[in-house]
Amino acid sequence: MAEFGRRKFSATALPGFSTVAAITFIVLYAPIVTLVIYSFNASDSVALWGGFSAKWYGIAWQNTHVQEATIRSIIIAVSASAIATTVATMAALGTTRRGKYSGQTLIYIMINQPLMVPEIVTAVALLIFFASIKVATGYTGLIYLIVAHSAFCVPFAYLPIRARLEGMDLTLETAAADLYSTPFRTFRRVTLPLLAPGIAAGAMLAFVISLDDVVITEFVKSAGQDTLPTYMLGQLRRAVTPEVNAIATALLCLTVLLLTLFFLLTRKRG
Amino acid sequence: MSTSLEKQRARDGWLLSAPALVLLVFAAAGPLLIVATYAFLTPGDYSGVVWDFTLKAWFQVLFERDIFDDSISMADAHLSIFWRSIRLSLLTTILTFLFGLPTAWFIATRPAKQRAAWLFLITIPFWTNLLIRTFAIMEVIRYDGLLNKALLGIGLIETPLRIMYTDTAVLIGMTYVYLPLMVLPMFAAIDRLDIRLIEASYDLYATRLKVLTKIILPIVRPGIIAGSILVFVPSIGAYVTPRVLGGGKKMMVGNFIELQFGAGRNWPLGAALSLILLLIVSVALIFYVRVSTRSDSDG
Repeated sequence: MAEFGRRKFSATALPGFSTVAAITFIVLYAPIVTLVIYSFNASDSVALWGGFSAKWYGIAWQNTHVQEATIRSIIIAVSASAIATTVATMAALGTTRRGKYSGQTLIYIMINQPLMVPEIVTAVALLIFFASIKVATGYTGLIYLIVAHSAFCVPFAYLPIRARLEGMDLTLETAAADLYSTPFRTFRRVTLPLLAPGIAAGAMLAFVISLDDVVITEFVKSAGQDTLPTYMLGQLRRAVTPEVNAIATALLCLTVLLLTLFFLLTRKRG
Repeated sequence: MSTSLEKQRARDGWLLSAPALVLLVFAAAGPLLIVATYAFLTPGDYSGVVWDFTLKAWFQVLFERDIFDDSISMADAHLSIFWRSIRLSLLTTILTFLFGLPTAWFIATRPAKQRAAWLFLITIPFWTNLLIRTFAIMEVIRYDGLLNKALLGIGLIETPLRIMYTDTAVLIGMTYVYLPLMVLPMFAAIDRLDIRLIEASYDLYATRLKVLTKIILPIVRPGIIAGSILVFVPSIGAYVTPRVLGGGKKMMVGNFIELQFGAGRNWPLGAALSLILLLIVSVALIFYVRVSTRSDSDG
């Protein structure tokens, strides 16, 4: 049932508002659409159209730097989202549906801290901290990036899981306990299946956030550890070719795909 | 009631949250303390720091000592970077508001079935990689870009505009990338607004301007404040957008901090600047919490 139906005299119409809204949507999408179109440009320029071609996708695909950066991005994003989602699920179980206890607000602030501190400040802090560990241990592998990404992904995984938990009532778990189910069995058989869509949504957000990160990665990475975004940032210093557009378009498609899945998972039924 | 139950609850809560807290202390909150310490140390010859306590970094934020006659003057370059960051962030907030309010209003007044689709259109750019969006706007405003072609085409200008690597470019870029952050909270606020209030005021012969200023804006105010904070905070700490569109000449605080850890080789100054940036953001967030709790108790 439509809430208001069709309004004859529109009380909600304000002069010029629809025009500005239309301009906003055009301004929001024109650059992205242009970027995608020029990724199919046959010429070497990002400004002059030379006919349709998918050759830049082939060139990007063949580029070993792009291949390595892609694999690195995926390794980091998969590991970081797995770690972040695991600890965030536990934290969500520890901070919801158990009544108030002292320190709860502190836990909440700590978990959401990466959302409040400017990324550049965290990046600089991690640069200092990890640089000294790198000097002390001599190890310069991907672990630093995975740990850094895991940390800033925690709030993004935590929030949808917490939202899902708050929407679940305790009746089913109480019923299971009444039927002599052990706490672990109740969790495995009742809580976890009910929570699964929230966990999947959290993992997906964490994955997208990790995949997109530029600033922290740029400061934490050791030499030769470019991810796709830092590789693109490095390319901008040189003459830009549609190859960057092709990489950006591929990344864009992946994000839109994951987002659509996220919305389907978190959509309220009925 | 029973304190032992409460204790158990707290213990389980902390135990379950412990892995997340350890991770965040190790790779987010803890390192901030190192930054706070470094701001009071002496820069090393090559990079890093020497463990000599000094307030020199804080002095350097505001003043500079002439290398010839040792006279002290205000560090104009530093002040102008701070001033540019604050000015551009405020302008970004205002511009995103001017575009965002009508857009949020438009989405909130669509029929219920269309609303989710319009909202999704705002959410896609919101989640799209910031670098990709910065790159996309760069291709539009560059010398041979879409904007100049369009303006030349309709005869509004005779020579292409040089927008890239100016404050204007950074402002356009930040407005573009942070616009969804303004629209989403304002939409949430407008969505709660009862249309009958507006209908009632029209029935009582209110003008459109009166309806906007006396009914809509006060009710939407929490959304406006939330949106402004969500835009201002990332703007003041922006790094990618000013780096790409300002091109190293038009630095903001974020880029200036990076410079101290790179070519500038002055880690303590970089650390002091980071703390000042953190302070500005904290003030904005505290202001937000105070204003939003006050408007909660009002309504």
